[in-house]
Amino acid sequence: MPNTSRHGLLAKKVGMTRIFAEDGRHIPVTVLQVEGLQIIAQRTVEKEGYSALQVGGFAKKASRVARPELGHFKKAGVEPKQKLVEFRVPAGELPAIGTELKPSHFKAGQLVDVAGVTKGRGFTGVMFRWNFGGGRATHGNSISHRSHGSTGQRQDPGRVFKNKKMAGHYGNENVTTQNLEVVRVDDEQGLILLRGSVPGAKGGFIVVRDAAKTKQASAK
Amino acid sequence: MDIIARLNQETIGKAAKLPAFAVGDTLKVFVRVTEGDKTRLQAFEGLCIAKHNDSIGSSFTVRKMSFGEGVERVFPLFSPVIDHVDVLRKGDVRRGKLYYLRGLTGKAARISEKARVFGLAANEGDVASAADMPEEAAAPVEMPAAEAQPSA
Repeated sequence: MPNTSRHGLLAKKVGMTRIFAEDGRHIPVTVLQVEGLQIIAQRTVEKEGYSALQVGGFAKKASRVARPELGHFKKAGVEPKQKLVEFRVPAGELPAIGTELKPSHFKAGQLVDVAGVTKGRGFTGVMFRWNFGGGRATHGNSISHRSHGSTGQRQDPGRVFKNKKMAGHYGNENVTTQNLEVVRVDDEQGLILLRGSVPGAKGGFIVVRDAAKTKQASAK
Repeated sequence: MDIIARLNQETIGKAAKLPAFAVGDTLKVFVRVTEGDKTRLQAFEGLCIAKHNDSIGSSFTVRKMSFGEGVERVFPLFSPVIDHVDVLRKGDVRRGKLYYLRGLTGKAARISEKARVFGLAANEGDVASAADMPEEAAAPVEMPAAEAQPSA
C-alpha cells in the first residue's frame, strides 16, 4: 500500500474545558500537550525494509531508563523520552534525527484522527458493555435483571457463535476517534486544542495524525 | 490541571468585567446581537434567580415576566457576547436559588430591597464602582472566589 501521509505527533491528554467563539457559542475542547517531541530514529527501505520515523516525547529521568534504551537515545543525541512511537511515511527525504516537532505541524481548522487507550472498566456486564436492555424488574424475574438473553439456537448449531456480545473485559483498548477539528495550536505552551473528546484518561498518551478519511484542502 | 486553569483564566480575562451581583438582585444584562453585518446591544432585564459557579462554566439565570409569561435566560458569566451588566436593585434573599419564584406571580413574587450599609445612594453607578474594587484586588488570586464575594 503506497503511503503518502505525513507523520503525526505524540501528545499527552491534559483534560477538557471550553472556549467561547466570537458569537458566544461554546466550543468543548480537549487540551493536548506536546513536550520535547523529537525524531529519534529513521527507518529506511534499504535497512529496515520500510520507511518510517520514530518519534519520542516527554522528558524522562536518565536514572529511570534501562541501559540499552539509554544507548538508543544517546545514539540519536537526545534526552531520554517517556514514550516512543513510529509513523509510516513515504520513502525519500526524511527529517533529520533530533528535529523538534511542534504543535504547529497541524493548522487550526484542519481535521485530525486521534488514537489513544481508553479507560479500563474491568469486567463489566452486557448492559454497560454492549448497551443491552437487560431483563424485567418485576413479574417474577429471578436474578436476571441485568443479564443478557439467549446466546444462540438449539442442537444445530449447538454452539455459541464467535464474537457473541457477552459480559467481559471492557476498556483499556486502542481506540481512534476520527475527524476531530483542530481549534487552536500553541507552540509556545506546546498545546493542541481539539473540538470534542479524545479516548483515554488524563495524562494518557495520544497519537494525533492528519485525518485519513477526509480530503485535506489546506493541510500543507 | 494547571494548564486547564491557565487556559480558563485566559478566557475569563477576555470576558467583560461585570460588577459584583448576587442572587436576588435585579439586573439589566446587555447582550451583543449581530444581525447581518451590524452589531447592536440588546437588554434583558429581570431578577437574578440563580448563580452557578464553575470556573469557565459559570453562569447566572435571569427571570422576568414578559406579557404575563415568565421568561428565564441563562447567561454564561464569561461569555464574549455579554457587553455589560447593570445592577438596578439589590435584593434581600436568604437562599442561593430562587426557583420558588417560578410558582409565584404578582405580589407574592416580590423581593424586598436590601438595607444599604453605606448610605442610601442606590444607583447602579455606585454599585459598579464599589464592586470593582474588591474584584481588582482579588484578581490574581482566583476568579470564582472573587465572584463569590457578596458586594460588601
